[in-house]
Amino acid sequence: MDFDLSDDQRLLQDSLAKLLKDKYGFEQRKAYLKSETGWSREVWAAFAELGLLGMPFAEDDGGLGYGAVETMIVMEQMGRALTLEPFVSTVVLGGGFLRHGATPEQRSALVPMIAEGKLLMAFAHTEQQSRFDLHDVATTAKKDGDGWVIEGRKGVVVHGDTADQLVVTARISGGRRDRDGIGVFLVPANATGVTRRGFRTSDGQRAADISFDAVKVDAAAELQGGLALVERVADETIAALGAEAIGCMEAAKDLTIDYLKTRKQFGRPIGSFQSLQHRAAEMMVCLEQARSMAMLAAMMASERNDDERRRNMRAVKVEIGRNARFVGQQTIQMHGGIAMTMEYAGGHYLKRLTVIENMFGDMDHHLAALSDEGGVFVAA
Amino acid sequence: MELRFTDEERAFREEVRTWIDANLPAETRERMASGRTPTKAMQVDWQKRLYAKGWAVPHWPVEWGGQPWSAIKRFILSEEIQSTPAPTPLGFNANMLGPVLIAFGTDEQKKHFLPKIANLDLWFCQGFSEPGAGSDLASLKCAAKRDGDHYIVNGQKTWTTLAQHADWIFLLVRTDPGAAKQQEGISFLLVDMTTPGITVRPIITIDGAHEVNEVFFDDVKVPVANLVGTENRGWDCAKFLLSNERTGQARVGASKERIRRLKLIAKQTPGGAKPVMEDPRFRSRLTDVEVQLKALEMTTLRVLADENRALSQRKPNPASSVLKIRGTELQQAISELYVMAAGPYGLAAPHDPEADGRNEPDVAADWQTLAQATYFNWRKQSIYGGSTEIQKNIMAKAFLGL
Ligand SMILES: Cc1cc2nc3c(=O)[nH]c(=O)nc-3n(C[C@H](O)[C@H](O)[C@H](O)COP(=O)(O)OP(=O)(O)OC[C@H]3O[C@@H](n4cnc5c(N)ncnc54)[C@H](O)[C@@H]3O)c2cc1C
Ligand SMILES: Cc1cc2nc3c(=O)[nH]c(=O)nc-3n(C[C@H](O)[C@H](O)[C@H](O)COP(=O)(O)OP(=O)(O)OC[C@H]3O[C@@H](n4cnc5c(N)ncnc54)[C@H](O)[C@@H]3O)c2cc1C
Repeated sequence: MDFDLSDDQRLLQDSLAKLLKDKYGFEQRKAYLKSETGWSREVWAAFAELGLLGMPFAEDDGGLGYGAVETMIVMEQMGRALTLEPFVSTVVLGGGFLRHGATPEQRSALVPMIAEGKLLMAFAHTEQQSRFDLHDVATTAKKDGDGWVIEGRKGVVVHGDTADQLVVTARISGGRRDRDGIGVFLVPANATGVTRRGFRTSDGQRAADISFDAVKVDAAAELQGGLALVERVADETIAALGAEAIGCMEAAKDLTIDYLKTRKQFGRPIGSFQSLQHRAAEMMVCLEQARSMAMLAAMMASERNDDERRRNMRAVKVEIGRNARFVGQQTIQMHGGIAMTMEYAGGHYLKRLTVIENMFGDMDHHLAALSDEGGVFVAA
Repeated sequence: MELRFTDEERAFREEVRTWIDANLPAETRERMASGRTPTKAMQVDWQKRLYAKGWAVPHWPVEWGGQPWSAIKRFILSEEIQSTPAPTPLGFNANMLGPVLIAFGTDEQKKHFLPKIANLDLWFCQGFSEPGAGSDLASLKCAAKRDGDHYIVNGQKTWTTLAQHADWIFLLVRTDPGAAKQQEGISFLLVDMTTPGITVRPIITIDGAHEVNEVFFDDVKVPVANLVGTENRGWDCAKFLLSNERTGQARVGASKERIRRLKLIAKQTPGGAKPVMEDPRFRSRLTDVEVQLKALEMTTLRVLADENRALSQRKPNPASSVLKIRGTELQQAISELYVMAAGPYGLAAPHDPEADGRNEPDVAADWQTLAQATYFNWRKQSIYGGSTEIQKNIMAKAFLGL
């Protein structure tokens, strides 16, 4: 067991940290937010140049063949900088579906484009009624000759407004909440019958509400794996988002500690008050516990036993969510009024952490499911 | 970064499990499984078996009975012992005094005491706290005056755990009341509990147990040869000891065992319409604690991986303070889950005819009567070994620079 980064991993971390230091100051980020896409094409091109966009793909497909630890390293840096680019949507989600569900032909067509920064993807899954249940799919896919016709509406498609290719879940057979009968389809965003309405998420990122009206796709558009594929990719994404949360928490904690040392009230630094010291220490406890879970997630992302992987990822989601909430809230509380403003980074960490907490299942969702599945430590 | 156990480590875990199964006496296993602490005889017998196997003090240097193992391998052994559950080697001996003697003791002290400590031929207790010196340990008053080849000790210690079993006590005493700083006038002494002038008085804790004591010293003569380290530099030994004390306190293996057992118990315990385990609210609370324990397990492994590093490359790791704070909180949370599972029959106190002379009927299952007692007793976890508040003070200073 070894928790140290290799030299290559450290290099990856340092180069990305440097890039983000140059390109992702608070004011720069504000400008990206205000732009039409809501993020920076220039930064995206820089990610491609650094190799980040081809990272998780096999070398044979045109990628770098990196694993979950590298994804963790990258996501943590992105969390620190509060990046806005569609990295999770394109590389982690889109990439995950291609890696685990696509044919070699599909991969060799799409992966090089992703790696070069020329193809954006998004995962179109959540529906009005589905909440966090991955198996709750009302959108349908009906056989049409060799191909399929997709009909339905997907609500919170993160980065769906700019994506070129959508990964869409649709029901091939069975009832709305059956575990069997879910198909996963690659749908070009410009296909006839696809209508997108872009909107802003609460943390300032972009998403889309997407309707599919008799959208025709050919047989090759179907990815293999059904719900098991969706769950696997969702778990990898939970790991990635968990690492992003660690980055946010770390940056928020650093910001808070600095502020405690410099802000004076009652003639002394507020960091000299024990009630704040103890909460700062508790923040650190939370951060370390969450960090441990991000590492567990990186370890479990490639776990072959689906049940084992699923249960551990649920634990990861719950524990990171709990600790992130504390760190995010206390960042604001210990700053006082200043962190309530849009002009200060502190509050933006809470916003991003809250969005992460509510993606791919909130704490209650995973706690209930984990508890039904026998918990973490299964009794002999 | 490699986050899995190696094949060798996995094989070692199997070896440990098999050996414990073959060597742990049935009565000891049964008593431990009931959630009670071992009797003195059980503790001594088990530690002797571990010592004979070379497993009582694996973290000590090889020449004193240790093993040339990685921190992870030591963790596996201690986790298996805790999760059996079997008694862990006596902390006062193996984790507190042993390392202090190895670091500060004379050759004679090492030769004389270390084997006896490791084999539990001598049971040591810890005489640090006093009525006026708890968290502020350096304010201690118990005095030792030099008189030729002896110190004469006068004063009182309190909260002395299992002093009633102890053959010896390690003491912090004030040898220089005039020192400029409180910390500078303290010495570390080893004292035979049979020395004339020592009186041990039980303190009964809220669970009804006799676990702690007051220890009084009235002109107790202690040979100067029993001074550990330098006179008036005992604080160095104390600080060293307390920092070792902290990492052992997460007790993840023991908590995992208690969780697994609680699941089995809760499945069999009626809870109205369904067994307690099928009450979604109970189960969700339980799962919530498990999740936190899983995180603590990973944090423990991170701290251990750090301990594998050469001393020169080690940075102070904030994760180690996390172990004491969260580890004790989780042990306490688990004890609350047992109280919930026990329900109304948990109102029955543990039945102990020896203590009160009454012979009352057994109305509840053994685990039910112990649930509240354990919950009461375990409130101590966040007080001793540096209270949660003291841990946070340390973190704020050492890691946050506040
Ligand atoms: C949305 C909003 C609306 C407001 N509206 C008004 C308004 O209409 N009119 C108006 O006059 N003001 C208003 N305020 C200001 C508000 O009263 C201040 O924010 C508040 O007094 C705290 O001061 P501060 O923000 O400077 O934080 P600070 O005083 O700098 O405090 C920072 C942190 O230190 C802690 N702290 C400070 N001193 C101690 C201590 N001695 N011991 C322990 N902890 C301490 C605080 O609790 C806080 O967590 C508003 C603030 C907000 C956020
Ligand atoms: C069951 C049990 C077994 C024990 N066994 C032993 C033993 O074998 N040998 C031994 O030497 N001792 C033993 N102890 C003593 C233990 O180490 C002390 O209880 C501990 O150091 C706390 O001291 P205190 O009880 O005097 O509390 P105090 O120090 O008086 O603390 C009271 C409260 O004030 C808080 N507090 C104190 N100082 C600060 C501060 N600076 N900032 C914020 N909060 C503060 C504490 O956290 C606590 O909540 C045992 C205690 C118990 C309960």
